[in-house]
Amino acid sequence: MSDQAFVRRKIIEEQTPPLTAFGLVGWLRENLFSNWFNAILTFVSLYFIWYVLSGVLPWIFLSVWNAGSLSECREISSATWGGTHGHACWAVINDRWIQLLFGFYPSHLYWRPILAFVLLLISLAPVLFTGAPKKIFYLTAVYPFLLPWLMWGGSVWASVSALLGFAVGYAVVRYTSEIVGQLGAVVLSIIGAVVWWLYIGPLLLSQGIGAILPLALEPVISRDFGGFMLAILIGVVAIGCSLPIGIVLALGRQSDLLILKTISVWFIEFIRGVPLITLLFVASTLLNIFMPPGTNFDIILRVMIMVTLFASAYMAEVIRGGLAALPRGQFEGADSLGLNYWQAQRLIIMPQALKISIPGIVSTFIGVFKDTTLVSIIGLMDPLGLSQGIRANAEWNGIYWELFAFIAFLFFIVCFSMSRYSMYLERKLQTDHR
Amino acid sequence: MATLTDPDRESFKLSMLLYDTRYRSMTIQVIAMIGFVSIVFWLISNTITNLNNLGKPVEFGFLFEPSSYDINQRLVEYNSRDSHLRASFVGVLNTLVVAFLGCITATIIGVFVGVARLSKNWLVARIMTVYVEAFRNVPVLLWIVLAMAVLIEGLPAPKAFRGENATASLELFDSVALTNRGVYVPEPLFSNGIGDVALFGQSSLRFSVSLDLILIIAVLIASFSASAWIKKRANRIQDATGDRPTTWHLRLGVTIVPIAFVLWMLGFHLGYPELKGFNFKGGTHLRNSLIALWLALSLYTAAFIAEIVRGGILAISRGQTEAAASLGLRPNRIMNLVVLPQALRVIIPPLISNYLNLTKNSSLAIAVGYMDVTGTLGGITLNQTGRELECILLLMLVYLTISLSISAVMNWYNNSVKLVER
Repeated sequence: MSDQAFVRRKIIEEQTPPLTAFGLVGWLRENLFSNWFNAILTFVSLYFIWYVLSGVLPWIFLSVWNAGSLSECREISSATWGGTHGHACWAVINDRWIQLLFGFYPSHLYWRPILAFVLLLISLAPVLFTGAPKKIFYLTAVYPFLLPWLMWGGSVWASVSALLGFAVGYAVVRYTSEIVGQLGAVVLSIIGAVVWWLYIGPLLLSQGIGAILPLALEPVISRDFGGFMLAILIGVVAIGCSLPIGIVLALGRQSDLLILKTISVWFIEFIRGVPLITLLFVASTLLNIFMPPGTNFDIILRVMIMVTLFASAYMAEVIRGGLAALPRGQFEGADSLGLNYWQAQRLIIMPQALKISIPGIVSTFIGVFKDTTLVSIIGLMDPLGLSQGIRANAEWNGIYWELFAFIAFLFFIVCFSMSRYSMYLERKLQTDHR
Repeated sequence: MATLTDPDRESFKLSMLLYDTRYRSMTIQVIAMIGFVSIVFWLISNTITNLNNLGKPVEFGFLFEPSSYDINQRLVEYNSRDSHLRASFVGVLNTLVVAFLGCITATIIGVFVGVARLSKNWLVARIMTVYVEAFRNVPVLLWIVLAMAVLIEGLPAPKAFRGENATASLELFDSVALTNRGVYVPEPLFSNGIGDVALFGQSSLRFSVSLDLILIIAVLIASFSASAWIKKRANRIQDATGDRPTTWHLRLGVTIVPIAFVLWMLGFHLGYPELKGFNFKGGTHLRNSLIALWLALSLYTAAFIAEIVRGGILAISRGQTEAAASLGLRPNRIMNLVVLPQALRVIIPPLISNYLNLTKNSSLAIAVGYMDVTGTLGGITLNQTGRELECILLLMLVYLTISLSISAVMNWYNNSVKLVER
């Protein structure tokens, strides 16, 4: 036994890895200094970051918050830090942020856009998050009619009448489809709703219940709309309307019906081929010419129509991509189950196609929301338009960066959160286990 | 033997239009057609009535009247006595210029950023992420006006370049002047130039092309084809004998010598910008509006292109690279022969749509006063003549033509690199 070599009786304790392979040092070696090229890149990046931050941070934080004009701002900043440059004058935001948010909306009525915005968030909750109570869907259904009433004011019965038009249409489909068949019922319901909107509704409104019980809010004219409120209003309406129109257009483009397909293709390609600004020119100058003589409807409404059409064409292409990505078996499976076209679309095709196209849909949403800034070119008072107005003022003449930074910041928050939400949704809807 | 007899031939009933799938699609289409035609007819008749009421029937004669406005940034000669059509033509060229420049720089920046976002260096990848998110989530119009403000406020006035103790100096070996009135870059001049050739006579679409430029381009094309032929020949010899002839000196010579000779013959030299009076003279003057638009559009679109490039590279599965490496290919060739051809297939379609977006976004030039086609035809001409319908129709037609041609060319390219399946 004694000639046997030494055998270890105890397993060596697990040792910590070398100091250079874990913790902070390990991370640095791995991610920043893995070879000489990376090390150079790291130092260049560090210098770049320092360069940018050393300019931007003092500008943002060593700044003037209370002043009545740009010159006063400069006096304060030169008195405090000894130089007029390199220090932001947030006083302009302090002075005008309410205007940048609401435009010239009457200040005693600010509760209305705020309420509309809060209700928007609430009514979107069941759409965005599955955890939200389902009863909120009733609010979601009513919201499109509530929004114009809250924003523009006037009699509540106009909105109610518009809502009832849809109810009439639905009722007609419900009770006549057994008698005249589905197609006939759809046609009848459209006729019924139009008759309601054009004749019965206004009659009720002006002489019936509207005269007895005038539930009206103080009207606000469109010229007073502005700021982020306007951007969000146009964005929300365009986004909300473009999704259903886009689905219809995408189905039209994919359909076997030649005429419908041709119309959809031409519409989509036309809208996608021209810049939004030309469509806004149409809204500002031509749309009234296309309407019956004497019509002169609201500029914001016209802009909304054109932005909606614009967004729906893009939406249609995104959804068409989703439809094209579905395997053929899904369509055939739906057919073999004996589902008719609309049942197949509703139960099988659309849930999957929409899921596939979520990233595209959300990026279209973001694009539409960003594109609402273009309305400043045709003279609406969106944040950019207002910033020009503020700069035209004697007190704030010559102020650029602070206004731009504020506007960019607000847009960034909205768009960035939308894109993060789409990532969350993608993860949640990912049902294939990979 | 039991035979299936045909069912009795049904007589056509009116209800079959609704209930029989053979006819129903026709019914739907006819209804849709009637609806569509009546809507279009309604719109057109409204338009005609309205225009008649306004007393301005649709006619395009105004295009040939003098425009009486100036365009400061232009490619072809133009003055305010030229017609509106000529002004629109100048505008179209300006649109094309900014779109072309923008597409090139956006691609370069976008590819660089997209690759850098995949860098193993954590810091570089983060910086690029910040860039992409910042530019994608802020409206392009804001970037354009911001770029314009940066140029006007941030750059020195021409007078800062003057005198002994000038506060500003020319960049790049005294050749480029960055001023708040625009950027002056050296212009190519030919002392023994062979002149211009004027096209389209006296019409509104007339423009002249420098023969010097054509000659240079022709020589360059010839040189590159010769160089490609030499390479091909070397490949052939290598395939046949196994030995590859040394070709780099031949290819270098074929590329450089002819162009150098032609440039020397033409007396090529650069005209540098010089400070004269209150402003710079000489050189090519790029106005702030062009630079701002170009810069903002490039940076904005580059953020999108970066994401596309990143997605395209990530879409190539790791197995492809590993398989190529196991075949013994070197990293360089793996990139060229395996990764890029597959990644390009993913990258190109969205890249095309981004080029189109850039071209359409160039219409925002109107916000900084760059006279593109929206600024001329859709801006001043529209306001001066009051011909909204005609101007906007033409404007849309121009953009449709540009968009459809870009997408046609790009689709053709896309088809040529498409994976051939079964």
